[in-house]
Formats: sequence, structure tokens, C-alpha cells
Amino acid sequence: MIELIREMFSYHFMTRAIIVGVLVSLCAALLGVSLVLKRYSMIGDGLSHVGFGALAIAAAVNVAPLALAVPVVVAAAFLLLRITQSSRIKGDAAIALISSSALAVGVAVISMTTGMNTDVSNYMFGSILSLSRADAVLSVALSATVLLMFVLLYPRIFAVTFDETFAKATGTSAERYNTIIAVLTAVTVVLGMRMMGALLISSLIIFPALTSMRLCRSFKSVVVCSAIISVVCFVLGMAVSYMFELPSGASVVIINIAVFLLFSIASLLKRRA
Amino acid sequence: MAQITCKDLSFAYEGETVLSGINFSIDAGSYLCIVGKNGSGKSTLMKGLLGLKKPSSGSITLGDGLKQTEIGYLPQQTQLQRDFPASVYEVVLSGRLNSMGGRLFYNAEDKKAAQENMERLGIEDIKDRCYMELSGGQQQRVLLARAMCATKKLLLLDEPVTGLDPVATNEMYNLIKLINLCDNTSVIMISHDIHEAVRYATHILHLGNRQLFFGTTAQYRESDLARRFVGGGRA
Repeated sequence: MIELIREMFSYHFMTRAIIVGVLVSLCAALLGVSLVLKRYSMIGDGLSHVGFGALAIAAAVNVAPLALAVPVVVAAAFLLLRITQSSRIKGDAAIALISSSALAVGVAVISMTTGMNTDVSNYMFGSILSLSRADAVLSVALSATVLLMFVLLYPRIFAVTFDETFAKATGTSAERYNTIIAVLTAVTVVLGMRMMGALLISSLIIFPALTSMRLCRSFKSVVVCSAIISVVCFVLGMAVSYMFELPSGASVVIINIAVFLLFSIASLLKRRA
Repeated sequence: MAQITCKDLSFAYEGETVLSGINFSIDAGSYLCIVGKNGSGKSTLMKGLLGLKKPSSGSITLGDGLKQTEIGYLPQQTQLQRDFPASVYEVVLSGRLNSMGGRLFYNAEDKKAAQENMERLGIEDIKDRCYMELSGGQQQRVLLARAMCATKKLLLLDEPVTGLDPVATNEMYNLIKLINLCDNTSVIMISHDIHEAVRYATHILHLGNRQLFFGTTAQYRESDLARRFVGGGRA
């Protein structure tokens, strides 16, 4: 095992991918707790499809993918929150609407320009090789910002997640913190897409939170536990992907499923006892 | 000066007036029960007092040094996800959010206040338990402790005993009265139970899409309205 890890880190691109991946996994896990509890799980999924559309257009017009995708997905996050709150179209329908539209635009743009090349396949299913040096630097900076924001706003994020009405009634602007959570999620989704792929990134957000909720009974323990699970699953997933030459995204998700099942069984046993 | 003064207050939803002609004021240490049938505008008025809904006309004036963020609120039982992970201590502590100002984290004073309020309401021994696993009566105590963390001046309670068994209901009413008397904390409570309202409150506000009565409990007992309403059992 140690031999394997040493071998993995001997490749530059692997080291880079693992550093970025660990940071993005942390972001996703922390935000995931709030998103799952607020019943916003599908937002991550919707945003990733928007991200896919944005990346396709970026590739077509030849601009740096992240530089275009981050602002577009952040804008989509704003829009989704607005629609969800105004409730003329129900939240889940709004997400389905926006995500499939973005996917359709993305696919159309791709077929008009390059056709289904490796780049596109990488966006769909993720690839560690797609991460350039500039991307890596930007990813590290952005995910560090997301982590910092989450830690600094922790008491407020808890209050808004647990009871929005009370938070509002005692003078905390729930809208502001909902928006912050959505923007941070948007950034995390775009960063994670390179690694996990548009189709799999939302699992990075929901799995660690759901897994730790099987056993942990306080908000803080769920947050800490999710962070640990997420990082461990990511590193294990990368090792599996390296060993069996599987796509990185799929490997990480499969490890997450295994851990989720383990925790579910443990929770069942605990309840029996 | 009165803590809260409402003058010619009315509320509307999408242009349709649901509550109008509200004129009352309460002083520090009062215990006001808002009674009335379902849909009579009780919750709307509560939202107005909390600053969550803007009045369509009239004004709400806070006095006696009361700030909008110094109102403790116990919401009507909200539908939380059944497995929401939150410990009692975390929930109570979150009541201190309004006194943080620009600070990012809770300080020693916040933690002490949370601790004290848990002790006062007898939930200190369950502080590490998960909120969702508690009984209804315990959950309401936790929310009351959270509201007390937010204020020493005014508690707004929206049907705090809904769904509680008779013993827990009695305990809850006694606790609220105790806080009202000991701390001189004003209480404004929406209540369905007119008998209990008359028993504990110092003032009654009776709504029916407009103000039907406002005055002391003694005056209310004498009124025709009360005779009809109380005589008819529960509101």
C-alpha cells in the first residue's frame, strides 16, 4: 500500500490532482451537510449540468475553461435560488429545467464545433489528466476561499440551516447566507467537475453528509465526520483508480457507496443494541 | 414608555386586507395573549411584530430601549427533516446569534448564557442529546431556551403547547409565567386555549380580522365577547 502511494506521488500530475482533489472534496463535504439538510441536494446536480454547458462553450470559443465556467455557474446558482424562493415553478422542476437546457446547449455546441472528443468525455466523466497547472493553482485558491468562508460563517450557516424563520426573526439575513451557500456550492461544483465529471460531482456533495448522518447526532460531528469521510474516500478512490486503471470519478463514487453501506449497517446494529 | 406600540396597523396579502384596525401597546413585564379563530390574523400580526412582514398601513413602534433584534421567538412547530442532526446545546446556543454583531464565533459569554438557560429550563442533563430524538415537551423547552438566549426583554411565542400532553402543557405554561415574573420579560403568546390564556395573561388581544378586544384580562372576563367565546369552549 505504502509502495503504491509512493509510486502514485512520483507522478507530478498525480500529486497535483490529489492536492486539488482533497481540497475540493473537503469543500463539497462541508457544504453538502447544509445542502442535504436544506433539501437542496439536487442543486449540485443541476449546477454541474450548467457547468458542462459552460465548459463546452469555453472549448468552442477557446477560452480558459474555468474562467468561463465559474461565473456562469455562479449566475445559475443565483437564478435557481430565486426561482426556488418565488415558487412559481417548484424547486425540483426548476432545477430539471435549467440542467437539461444547459446540457442540450452544451451538446449542440460540441457537435457544431469539435464533435465528441476526449475533452468532452473528460468533462462528462472526469479525468485527473485534464488538470493543467494554471487550473490547479486557481482550484487551490478558490477551494481555500470556500473552506475559509465556511469556517468563518459556521455559526450562521448552522442557524440558517436549522431554522430559517428563527434566524430571520432575530435579525439574521437568511437570504444572504442562502446566497453565500449557493455561490460556494457553484464554485465547488465547477472545480470538482474536472476530477469527478459533470455526471458524478453531486455525489461528492451528498454522499459524505448522508453517510455521517447515519451515525452522528450533532451538527458539528456530522460536519467533521463528513470532512474526514470525504477526504479518505477520495484518496482511496484515487488509489483504486490508479491500480485498476478506472476513471477517477467513478472510483471515488464507488468507494463512497461502500462507506455509506458500512455506516448504514453500523447504524442498524447500533439501533438493535 | 411602552415596549411595543401598534397604531392603526393593517396587513394585506396581495392587496387583500387580512387584518386591520390594530391599536394596542404593551409595557415591560406584560403577558399578552392573542386569541381568535383560525385565520383571524394572529400569525400575521406575529410576523409583523417580528419584522418578517411589512404592514400595509399604520406603524409598529418599539420603545423602552427594545431593539428589533432583541425579540426572542418560539416558532410554531416547524417541519424539520426527521433525522436533522443537531444537539440540544447547538440549538440553544444558536439563539445568541443576534447578540454577536460583527463577531464570527460565539464567545465565553454566549456559552455561559446558553448554559444558564438550559439549567433554568431543566434541560442541562440532555444537552448532548439529538434534538430530533426528544419528546415534544423537551423540544419545546429547548426552543424556549433558545428564545431566552436571544432576549431578556420580550418573548414572542406562537402556540407553544400545540401537540403536548396535558402534563407537558402545564409545565410549559408554568415555565413561561415564571420567566415572565422573575425576569420581568414581556410575553406575547398566540394561544388556541382561551381558558389557559385567561388564567395566565395580564392582557388579552382578541382578533377576528380586525381588533375585537384589547384590554386587561379582568376587563376581558366581563366582556360579552369573552362570555360567548369562553362559553363556547375552545377557540
